[in-house]
Amino acid sequence: MTSSSDRRPDKKPDRPTRSPGSRGPSDRIDDPNARPELEGETPETGGAPEAAASGDGPVSPRLGVVGYLRFFWRQLTSMRTAILLLLLLAIAAIPGSLVPQRSSDPNGVTQYFADNPDVAPILDSLKLFDVYSSPWFSAVYILLFISLIGCIIPRTKHHFDAMRARPPRTPARLSRLTDHREETYADTDVDTALAEARTILSKSGYRVEDYDQRGVRSLSAERGYLRETGNLVFHASLVGVLVAVGIGGGFGYAGQRVVVEGQSFVNSAIDYDSINPGRFFDEESLSPYALSLDALDVTYETSNIAAYGQPIDFTAHVTTTTPDGNSTAQQIKVNSPLRFQGTDVFLLGNGYAPTITVRDPDGSVVFTDSVPFLPQDANLTSIGVVKVPDGLAKQVGLVGFFYPTAQPLGDGAFTSNYPDLVLPILSLNVYTGDLGIDDGVPRSVYTLATDDMTQIAGRDADVAAIQLQPGETAQLPDGLGSIEFGNANPDAASGDYSGSVPRFASLDIHSDPSQLWVLLFAVLVVAGLLTSLMVPRRRVWVAVHSVEPAGADGATSGGVRVEYAGLARGEDPRLGEAIESLAYRHGTALGVERL
Amino acid sequence: MNLNDFSVMALWTALALYALAFIAFTFDLARRSSEVRQSAEAAVPSAVERGGAAGSAGSRTLTVDRPAAAGGARVSASRSPSLRVGVALTALGFVVHLAATITRGIAAERVPWANMYEFAMTGTLLIISVFLIVLTREDLRFLGTFVTGLVVVLLGISWNFYVEIAPLPPALQSAWLVVHVFVASLGTAFLALGFALSVVQLIQSRQESLKLELSALRLRFLATLPASDRLENMAYRVNIIGFIFWTFTLIAGAVWAESAWGRYWGWDTKEVWTFIIWVIYAGYIHARATRGWRGTRSAWLSIIGFAAVLFNFGIVNVFFKGLHAYSGL
Ligand code: HEM
Repeated sequence: MTSSSDRRPDKKPDRPTRSPGSRGPSDRIDDPNARPELEGETPETGGAPEAAASGDGPVSPRLGVVGYLRFFWRQLTSMRTAILLLLLLAIAAIPGSLVPQRSSDPNGVTQYFADNPDVAPILDSLKLFDVYSSPWFSAVYILLFISLIGCIIPRTKHHFDAMRARPPRTPARLSRLTDHREETYADTDVDTALAEARTILSKSGYRVEDYDQRGVRSLSAERGYLRETGNLVFHASLVGVLVAVGIGGGFGYAGQRVVVEGQSFVNSAIDYDSINPGRFFDEESLSPYALSLDALDVTYETSNIAAYGQPIDFTAHVTTTTPDGNSTAQQIKVNSPLRFQGTDVFLLGNGYAPTITVRDPDGSVVFTDSVPFLPQDANLTSIGVVKVPDGLAKQVGLVGFFYPTAQPLGDGAFTSNYPDLVLPILSLNVYTGDLGIDDGVPRSVYTLATDDMTQIAGRDADVAAIQLQPGETAQLPDGLGSIEFGNANPDAASGDYSGSVPRFASLDIHSDPSQLWVLLFAVLVVAGLLTSLMVPRRRVWVAVHSVEPAGADGATSGGVRVEYAGLARGEDPRLGEAIESLAYRHGTALGVERL
Repeated sequence: MNLNDFSVMALWTALALYALAFIAFTFDLARRSSEVRQSAEAAVPSAVERGGAAGSAGSRTLTVDRPAAAGGARVSASRSPSLRVGVALTALGFVVHLAATITRGIAAERVPWANMYEFAMTGTLLIISVFLIVLTREDLRFLGTFVTGLVVVLLGISWNFYVEIAPLPPALQSAWLVVHVFVASLGTAFLALGFALSVVQLIQSRQESLKLELSALRLRFLATLPASDRLENMAYRVNIIGFIFWTFTLIAGAVWAESAWGRYWGWDTKEVWTFIIWVIYAGYIHARATRGWRGTRSAWLSIIGFAAVLFNFGIVNVFFKGLHAYSGL
């Protein structure tokens, strides 16, 4: 055991070298370096590795694997290691904010590879695009949590013992404590003084113990065990958070699905655009409810010039139908997901889905759909792709640009200068050739590989790009057929395009049964932290000495001299006040006149 | 003049008042230095002799509460006109600043902390409030130079972030905006004070360990400030309050992220930095409880922690890409 002055570095040097009560087991709460589990360890196993390391003396023959293991365990669970691991964790987290991460920004990673073709593979081999699941990041936090557990367990046991132990013996020289006070009271005796002090202390939540040492009778009192309880709850709940996140996350899934106004989808794995099941997730367990998007209402700012066109509300009106057929109209908003049948449905994106119909030269429909176009900017300039593999003379691919409020840029190009439908224009480049669909390689519905195709309408072709407004039809070049841009609101007055193009909502649908556990532990973290930092833990002693009657004839009656002293266990700025107040109340109880 | 114009004008006025307060506080430090020199010459011998009782020098009452051997005469300047002027100007600045913030909120019809300009306005207001509140319990007026200086710089920079009032984007329309951002700013205000105390602690402990003759040092006013171990305790007390708020911010942010983005934690840049800051301060708290890490090392952690807070606010918001693209720039 280290000397107690070392273990209380917060105390001024004029403190007693042996702090009062340092014999009590609960003493070590102040310094977690002095681990309870070290107690009783033989010097051989405890000290040998250090001796071996420093090279003094022969290696003890008794030092075996166990000795080393113990040594490393002690190092790992020391508070110094905890600090180093915490700092290492902070440093290890930094690169993930400097380099795009696959988990949160996959497009950024692709872009990074394109921009830095030399560096990116090196960074990738160091897992810098997956920092938070990389082996080195995991190693740091796993070590930290092993250290944490190795710290919690002995402390819990220790705390449990301390709560049942007697407050420690009263130190012999209370006057050496910083928070010390002495009073003399006449006309009272030791028993009364002790009894009154005991009452006051008990009322203030102290556990009180009587001592009689070398003729001096005293009370030893301690309070604030809750501080350590809070500390343990705090640290244990951190483990709880990690376990809930790490294991619990495996029981959930996350899926994405784009739904166009008027369409619906069924909550089953095949109906998602993409789905990431957790390790333990059973796709069969999805409740097959149906969700249809009746309307997606978007409101844009129109009165505040500084924010003109900024979206101020997205509301998805949906109808949900449970597997047993109950339909309900519901709403999804940003910040207010739909929690339904064990899933959470979030509205994370929106855009336009122009309805495009392609006919062959005879007028038979070979393609018709509302095609989601991906927004490229805040004014919803959007890009989409249509693939017509069958029904026409050749395979046809269309790359479309949609402008909700088209603004000519000259030279035939457009931009959109407002996100709502004021002057919608759809501009299509037409390609013929191999769509690459038949070879079985999956292709994104949002991109068209144009390498093996020929542009027949557009900037690189003789024919200009096809431009359509809602309700218009145009002929495809080379007599391939015709294309129509449908108007979803044909009854509107001429020039009013509101509602002419359907919107889509991109929905994220999750289930994470561990989420509530994470929250529960997080709340416990805060509660534990508050308790451990706010509840003062202190020891207080009251020693009562009897004072001989003054004067040889015993004319004046006897009295007592009372010493009050306190010792903080941890941060306790109010200890001095507490001693003052104890002395004051004790004095009052013993009949001191107060004005 | 509409309300927002009034708010802007009031904020400028507050900035000017803080600048004046800064001058007054600096003047006070300069005055302390010169008085320490006088009293060091006059009072040190008697202080040594009396082993730490009160002595007086000149017309003012100066208390020398430590013998010179403990690192030099310790002088507490009990009354100082420039100090009072500094506090008064700060308080006045606070009132005007509060008016600026409230009118901005009324003009915007929402809480005045939804973009960088407003974060800066409310955040600095909280720094000043925390400082003034702490002053009622503890005499930290010697930090006035630092606090008003920091606020003047931050407010000065915030003009680069000025944006007209705009409605909240849907992702910010949440009660969590009120709670999460406010608590984060409040935590920052406490951590700022802890940072200031740790800086002074470092300087103080350096000069204590140098054990130089006071008159040989230029930073003579240090003798009028608390000893480094006391500064450390004070820094710790404000930092743990800041840490509690920060912990809450982290959790509230996760709850909000769950409803706005569909996941409670996704290692977005802002989340990463909030986490880093939290971990640094956890390290700081452990350092203070560990032999060998107390004192200078833990003070450095408090300083690094606050540097990360400033980085998170100033650099991450403006230059980093991420979901928290709400700087309004
Ligand atoms: C995930 C890592 C950890 C975090 C975030 C963390 C955080 C904290 C915080 C915030 C406190 C101050 C609140 C309080 O007093 O209850 C604290 C205190 C403490 N921690 Fe940890 N801790 C971690 C790991 C550890 C480990 C590994 C140990 C053991 C080696 C440890 C031992 C202690 C002790 C003994 C205290 C009390 C210090 C005092 O009395 O001031 N902690 N910890």
